[in-house]
Amino acid sequence: MEIFTRHKRFWLIAPAVIYIGFFMGLPLVQMAYVSILERGVNGGVEWGNFSFDSYVSFIFERDLMDNLMVNTDYLQIFLRSFGLSALTTVLALILGFPTAFYIAMQPQKRRNMFIFLVTIPFWTNILVRNYAWMLLLRNGGLIDHLLASVGIQTGGLDILYTPYAVSIGLTYTYLPFMVLPIYASLEKLDHRLIEAAFDLGANKRKAMTRIILPLAAPGIVAGAILVFIPCLGAYVTPELLGGGKFMMISNLIGSQFGAARNWPFGSALSFVLLAMVLLAMLVYSLKFKKMAEDAS
Amino acid sequence: MSEVVISARSVSKRFGSGTHAVHALDDVSVDIFQNEFFTMLGPSGCGKTTLLRLIGGFEQTTAGEIALEGRVLNDLPPFKRPINTVFQSYALFPHLTVRQNITFGLEMQNISRHDASKRADEMLELVRLSQFGDRQPSQLSGGQQQRIALARALAPAPKVLLLDEPLSALDLKLRKEMQIELKRLQTETGITFVFVTHDQEEALAMSDRIAVMKSGKILQIGTPRDIYETPTHRFVADFIGDSNFLQGDIKQNGAHAVLALPGGQNVSLANVETGIHLSQSATIGIRPERLILHPAGTHNTALRGKIADVVYFGTDTTYHITIDDQTALLARVQNRDGSTMAFAKGNNVDITLPAGAIRVLVD
Repeated sequence: MEIFTRHKRFWLIAPAVIYIGFFMGLPLVQMAYVSILERGVNGGVEWGNFSFDSYVSFIFERDLMDNLMVNTDYLQIFLRSFGLSALTTVLALILGFPTAFYIAMQPQKRRNMFIFLVTIPFWTNILVRNYAWMLLLRNGGLIDHLLASVGIQTGGLDILYTPYAVSIGLTYTYLPFMVLPIYASLEKLDHRLIEAAFDLGANKRKAMTRIILPLAAPGIVAGAILVFIPCLGAYVTPELLGGGKFMMISNLIGSQFGAARNWPFGSALSFVLLAMVLLAMLVYSLKFKKMAEDAS
Repeated sequence: MSEVVISARSVSKRFGSGTHAVHALDDVSVDIFQNEFFTMLGPSGCGKTTLLRLIGGFEQTTAGEIALEGRVLNDLPPFKRPINTVFQSYALFPHLTVRQNITFGLEMQNISRHDASKRADEMLELVRLSQFGDRQPSQLSGGQQQRIALARALAPAPKVLLLDEPLSALDLKLRKEMQIELKRLQTETGITFVFVTHDQEEALAMSDRIAVMKSGKILQIGTPRDIYETPTHRFVADFIGDSNFLQGDIKQNGAHAVLALPGGQNVSLANVETGIHLSQSATIGIRPERLILHPAGTHNTALRGKIADVVYFGTDTTYHITIDDQTALLARVQNRDGSTMAFAKGNNVDITLPAGAIRVLVD
């Protein structure tokens, strides 16, 4: 294919390169720069005054005697966010896999309809959907009412503004990102492989664990990544369903640029998060590169 | 005859319902015997694969029952039947190695890892792929995948092995090799093979018995020789090998019946079992190699025809003959000793039809 010379090919991707460079690369560099500056007294930064204080204060704080003391507050917020994201990913997988499997087993026509239904929540603003969940979950809310009407007196669910509410909200928000890639991998699964498993004496459970799950693994992993990583960066859901009492990384970062007026620290937190996500992705891709090599 | 392994009794299978229902199988009964290479032969859509899938348990019968050694299988799911299948697409598990594919069925029977591994080695040796155990299926050629699919299905020592057009994806040379290979495996393992194909040559070459199917029914069951030499239906005679068909009315002519052709000539049916009443219209079939050609005017009772075309094939010559300018016949004559009987295009010939070669066929 010598239709496009090297020179001409560059111009084909130039718009994308320029767009990403300008709107993603540049802000990232700026953030990195801000994270190693001193904070301004009234917000903003002291341009030209370099300091690694922001990164240091992620783990340490200075006491009155100017000694460094370990402060695990921020680390805890990070760990909590990772834990909550992991919980959400697991919940989404537990709900998403059977859903995807069910859809994949339907006749072609009905499958498309189900996939369409799965994507319907995207039509509504995420803020509106989270407010809707507040109405559902709050004491005296719809779920409370329903439970009471079937004779279960909870005396108030007391679930809104807890980590559980946040996890429910996040699971709801990111469930389609789990369902769709798993569906994609199950849909192209050769039905005759399942028949072959039955033929060789595998019951339904064995066929699932030995044949279907391993073959759906790429979809499951893709779904897990698509749920886990956006969860780490979730802002609206913990803000609303966690009621601000329950902070996740994004809320912490947001507060640094807002009320706390500590831009360098906010930037530094962003980069710590970015580093962690990249590290996780690196481990994943190395592991799967090896698996892919084994498979081919 | 030996013991019946698979017995299908009045089996029907309907897909869909109401006016859109498709009758894939219509009241089919068949017995398949121990240690037999049994082939179901027919064009696509004749129901042969459906019958195979019913035996395998992948579909449920609409009516009738299928029994294995006397035990009715109808409600048994595939994983509880001691029957294994070689799928048309092989259906090897892509995430498992060749060896893991073979041991899969054994593990499902809770056979110890050690014994399963030993059995896998035996199977790999049986299909002559001993050094390929640690490969992935995707690293094998089509023919090798085919052998692994066989090894995998044979490993649990099933009572019956079902083969769903397993050779259709292979090229001609490989297909011929695998035909011999399949026959060898069947003889060596002593397992009953039920084979589905639309390839008549394949069926003739390998089978102990063949069931010829059409439109959800079995038309004829018999040895390859039966099927070829004494077909009962026009469809059977047409589907397997070449055949001449003559249509006419049965009439009495002196002591015996004749078939009166539309052009006015008669074919003598003396010593032919017709089973058909006088004045009924009938079709007779005769293989091209069974026609005997004579120079014109030498045989009084013969059919008189004209050579329309001559095609030389080396081992034999095919003559295209027309009778009364309206009925076409094909005659195949072996070219022995350079053949002294060479007819030329345009020659008139006398054609005799040996009584033993004439079959009165059901349409």
